[in-house]
This record gives sequence, C-alpha cells and structure tokens, in this order.
Amino acid sequence: MSIRIHKVAGSITAFALLVSTTICLGAPSPDTDLAKFQRYFSERFPAVPFDDFANGSYALDPVLRENWEAIEEFPPYETAIEEGREMWETPFRNGKSYADCFGGEHAIANRYPHWDADRRMVVTLPMALNECRTANGEEPLPYKKGKLMSVLAFVTFESRGQKTAVDVPAEDDDALAAYEKGKAFFYTRRGQLNLSCAHCHVAYPGQLLRSETLSPALGHTTHWPVYRSKWGEMGSLHRRFAGCNEQVRAKAFDAQGEEYRDLEYFLTYMNNGLPLNGPASRK
Amino acid sequence: MRQNNKRPAACLFPALLVGVFHVAAANADDATVALGKQVAFDSGKGNCLACHMIPGGESPGNIGPPLLAMSARFPERAVLRAQVSDATVRNPDSIMLPFGKHHVLSEQELDAVVDFLYTL
Ligand code: HEC
Ligand code: HEC
Repeated sequence: MSIRIHKVAGSITAFALLVSTTICLGAPSPDTDLAKFQRYFSERFPAVPFDDFANGSYALDPVLRENWEAIEEFPPYETAIEEGREMWETPFRNGKSYADCFGGEHAIANRYPHWDADRRMVVTLPMALNECRTANGEEPLPYKKGKLMSVLAFVTFESRGQKTAVDVPAEDDDALAAYEKGKAFFYTRRGQLNLSCAHCHVAYPGQLLRSETLSPALGHTTHWPVYRSKWGEMGSLHRRFAGCNEQVRAKAFDAQGEEYRDLEYFLTYMNNGLPLNGPASRK
Repeated sequence: MRQNNKRPAACLFPALLVGVFHVAAANADDATVALGKQVAFDSGKGNCLACHMIPGGESPGNIGPPLLAMSARFPERAVLRAQVSDATVRNPDSIMLPFGKHHVLSEQELDAVVDFLYTL
C-alpha cells in the first residue's frame, strides 16, 4: 500500500516538473497571465494600494471617492442584506434550507467561481444558490435582479474580508480551456463599436468615457451584487457584463450561460488575492 | 478660422497625395457643417464627446486627444476622413470605432463630420 502511494506521488512530481518546464518554454499559463495583469495595474497606478483596487474607480479619483463614501454611510444595499438573511433563515417548503446545501455555512463567497471536475463546467455562486433551491423543490430565481440578489447580498456580506482565491487546476485540460475561453472573450473586439472589455478597462482606466470614470479590470469581481444608482436597485455581475456588451451594441449573452461563466472564471482569477468587499454601491 | 476643404479630386490616386499639403479651398456649406456637428454630438451617432473634447460640447471624455486646430494638423482631408472612417488603419489597437467600416455613419454623414471638424 505504502509503495503504491509512493508511486503516485512520484508521478505527480514528474507531472509538476513537466508543467513547470512548459511554463519555462513560454506556454500560456494562468500563473504568468496573473502576474503580468496585476503588475500592469500596480505600475500604472503606483499610488493605489493593492487591496484598494477592490473599490473600482473610487480607488482612482478622490472626488468620486468622497461622494461614494457619503453614500456608503447609509448603504443602499442594506435592505437586500436583511431580506437575504431572512430568506437564508427561512426553511424551504420541504423543511430544508440553504445552509443544508453548503455544509451549514454561509460565508461561502470565495469558493466561487470554481471548476466543477464532475460536471466539467464552471460553477458560480448565483448558480449554486439556484441549484440549491431547485434541488429542494423551489423555483429558480432570475439571475440579473430581484430576490436572488438579496440572498447573494447576505452571503457576500457574511464573506467580507475573504480573499479571492480561484483555482485553475493545472492537471485538467478542460478547466484550462474554460479559462482560455474567458480570456479570449475579454480581449475580443465585439459589437458595432468594435471594442473589447480590455479597451475600456485595461487600456483606459481612470480616464473619462463621457462623464464616467472607467474602472480598472483589477477589482471588477470583488463586490457583487451591486446597488447601482443608474439601475435604482441591486444587480448581478452578469447583468453588468450584459450592460457592457450592449453598450458597444453587441448582443448580450445569457446571464449564467457558458460565455459569461467562463468570463467570470478568467476575470475572477485575475483578481486573485483581492479582498471580497461586497455588496457594494456604484454610480 | 472657418476653413473647409473641398474633397480633393486627387483622392482617387492616394499615392500621389503623400506629402502633398492640400490647403483649404471652398467653404462647405453651413447645412453640412450643422449636420456634421449634430452627428458628432449625438450619442446615438458619432458620440465623439464620449472620448474627445470638442469646443461647444458638454462633459466630454478624455480618452482621445482634444479635437482642435484640425486644418493645421490634418492638412489632407483624406487622412482625416480615413481616421474617422477606420481608426484601426493607423492604430490597429485603437479604441476609436471604425465609423465608416462598421457602417455606424453613412458616407454622407462621414463627409459632414469631416466638414464640421475643419471648423474646429
Ligand atoms: C465602451 C466602454 C466599455 C466596454 C467596451 C466595456 N465596459 Fe465595462 N464599464 C464601462 C463603464 C463606463 C462602466 C461604469 C464605470 C466603471 O465602473 O467603469 C463599466 C463598468 C463595468 C463593471 C463594474 C465595475 C465596478 O466597479 O462595479 C464591470 C465588472 C465591467 N464594466 C466589466 C466589463 C466587461 C467584462 C466587459 C466586456 C464584456 C466590459 N466591461 C466592456 C465601459 C465599458
Ligand atoms: C471610444 C473612444 C473614441 C470615440 C467615441 C471617438 N474617438 Fe476619435 N480618437 C480616440 C483615440 C483614443 C484617438 C487617438 C488615436 C487612436 O488611438 O486611434 C482618437 C483620435 C482621433 C482623431 C485624430 C486626432 C489627432 O490629433 O491625431 C480624430 C480626428 C478623431 N479621433 C475624431 C473622432 C470623431 C470625429 C469621432 C466621432 C465621430 C471620434 N473621434 C470618436 C478615441 C475615440
């Protein structure tokens, strides 16, 4: 028995060596993408402490920040947190509850998104919450706004201070493929206006698009759901993705469809190490 | 300062144009300039103010350079028109939309915008 374990451990070492050699040869690797991505933003904005990127454009502009901090004194997402807490604590009709789906815990935000090796797909937090509902005979809730935002707001609030920690398992080609699809989505020009996410959020953060200060992509995933003044309500990350797609007159994809889940997987991985600080308010 | 370029006949032979400074000639008519301004400022059309400071436009963005002194900086009309029609020719990574190539603006609107730019 002990010999067998030894053998497995040996082949893992060999595999790890193989992987690190490919990295040295310059094969694409999430690790090196991550290092480059984060270095770019810290060199571009040397005065912004790493953790502060979680505050979006408010990390860049002192006047915007002041207005935002005034709003945060009476956070517009507070009622959502309370509604979510109540939903979390109210049993489903079958007597089970959300907590039963997540090992009795509620501070679970930094487990998502993750590669589900059995289902061969990226699973996000909103999706896991809805699957918990349907597994217990409840209706799924809409993914862009409404009551699911409240459950999310509660879970996210309880998870504040956790670090973003997405894993792209190196031994799983399909996980890497999902990551690569998300990455391609991020850098691909689309829509009649011919813009990629990177144009606005990597090339020009801190600059004004008309009167909106563009946020850096480092910080995009830490704080959802968001109460956005323009929406006048809470909305999800995928609602924002759809809005940014429509802004360039491209067709939006379905919230929680494969495209946006893979995009979230890539983008959240690029945010690894940042503190979770949701829910949040934005202009 | 209101200088306007007539579309140079030489644009049929772009190679001949290289290095030739084409000086403003006739006035584009006021109606065309007005159309160009409207197209440039309309957020559903050119929406140039999203990225450029343009005299007379409110709360401009600052992603691209201010659009000023156009006839001094773009003596050749064809070059300016090409920048608006497809900015990715000069800068493949440009964030500026290829207004002509992607049919965001019609040929007539492109000409009107260029007429308007030469009044700046
Ligand atoms: C035409 C420019 C443009 C493009 C292209 C664009 N966005 Fe945005 N995006 C904005 C603006 C403007 C805002 C609101 C101000 C801000 O926070 O940046 C925004 C906001 C966001 C936010 C919210 C930031 C926060 O702090 O809450 C996210 C996330 C986001 N965009 C992601 C994306 C993704 C992903 C793509 C590509 C699918 C994309 N954007 C494409 C302009 C753009
Ligand atoms: C999404 C941003 C954006 C929009 C919208 C936009 N531009 Fe630009 N524009 C730029 C950038 C950035 C540059 C700098 C060169 C480059 O990267 O292509 C530029 C360059 C230019 C230049 C060359 C200026 C110079 O000094 O070299 C002209 C002229 C111009 N734009 C005109 C327009 C007009 C006219 C419109 C609207 C019909 C427009 N732009 C809309 C971003 C934009």
